[in-house]
Amino acid sequence: MNNKYLYEDLLRMSGVNPKKCMRCGKCSATCPAYDEMEYHPHQFVSMVENGDIEPLLNSDSLYKCLTCFACVDRCPRGVEPAKLVEAVRLAAVRKQGANHLKADSVPDMLDDETPQQLIVSAFRKYSK
Amino acid sequence: MKVAYFPGCTLKNKAKELDDYARKSAEALGVTLEEIEEWQCCGGVFTTARDEVATKLSSVRALVAAKNKEQPLVTVCSACHNVIKQTNHAMQTDKEFADKVNRYMGEEPYSGETQVYHYLELLRDVVGFDAVKEKVVNKLAGKKIAAYYGCLLLRPNSVMKMDDPENPSIMEDFIRAIGADAIVYANRNECCGGYIAMESPDLAKKKSNAVIENAKAAGAEMIITACPLCKYNLIKNGADIPVVYFTELLAEALGVKEDTNE
Repeated sequence: MNNKYLYEDLLRMSGVNPKKCMRCGKCSATCPAYDEMEYHPHQFVSMVENGDIEPLLNSDSLYKCLTCFACVDRCPRGVEPAKLVEAVRLAAVRKQGANHLKADSVPDMLDDETPQQLIVSAFRKYSK
Repeated sequence: MKVAYFPGCTLKNKAKELDDYARKSAEALGVTLEEIEEWQCCGGVFTTARDEVATKLSSVRALVAAKNKEQPLVTVCSACHNVIKQTNHAMQTDKEFADKVNRYMGEEPYSGETQVYHYLELLRDVVGFDAVKEKVVNKLAGKKIAAYYGCLLLRPNSVMKMDDPENPSIMEDFIRAIGADAIVYANRNECCGGYIAMESPDLAKKKSNAVIENAKAAGAEMIITACPLCKYNLIKNGADIPVVYFTELLAEALGVKEDTNE
């Protein structure tokens, strides 16, 4: 896909304007999944802004975001990075055959106490 | 008074006690939770993308059902509450999205008229914590209880508007209303790991442990939550103090816990 169209798609889907970012890094500083990420929330913002989207689409970092909205609430500029992470993740998993979580792998992940909420949440985030 | 009630998938299964105690306690406080008909799972997490329509329809249907009953919509699970409230906000503020939904549904257009309450807000804003206090028969006096908000109750604050997202008090006020001591600690509004428990249980363990250790260091003897996934993650990842639903404590304080059918 042409990056220009993908860039515009991501902005439209997320409602995020990456140009508002002032590079303070507070989003990444407060991110509970920071240690697990190859690309961190502030990098999602700057890389999308620069059209450097392909590495993000292929990175496991997409599936580390916990949707806890900490970066959304704590960004002093209202950039709301999690919404951009979500848009990139959707751009990846919406493709045919690109589901990150496959139903067949789920039974092995469960125990007797697993709440239904855990399964539906993971599917909502990882698969389309 | 009667309110429309959305229990959610987990409250019909692994978190039955969250639901049972919520209903019994509400009755004791003069509020009937009327379960809406044919509700569908909210999906567990809100999808922030504005072009996602199908994943938000179950929430819209619940909101419309409450509107048709001319009642506010109450949820008790933090996740259901978050998804439904964010969907309602999208219906109020994103005209393009609302038009798509309304065309799909083909009914009288809905634009976010329903008032959405979390059960804790029902206690604070409708019943009133003072009224709760008057109905308490079993004071949990001296019990040191830590409220665990997690992420979904408070954020994003621009939509949830429940409390100060960085220094909340609604659950601590609840704890005081039922006669116990509220323990305040730094990690009460940090994430337990949520759904990452499926794929990266180690990360969930790290995040949950931080919450448990922080609460214990502040003197907590018990942790309360409104979220089945928070409860699961904390218990699975080494909580050596009880982690219980806030509705269970409420039922105990109101003296209606024994009536509940497990």
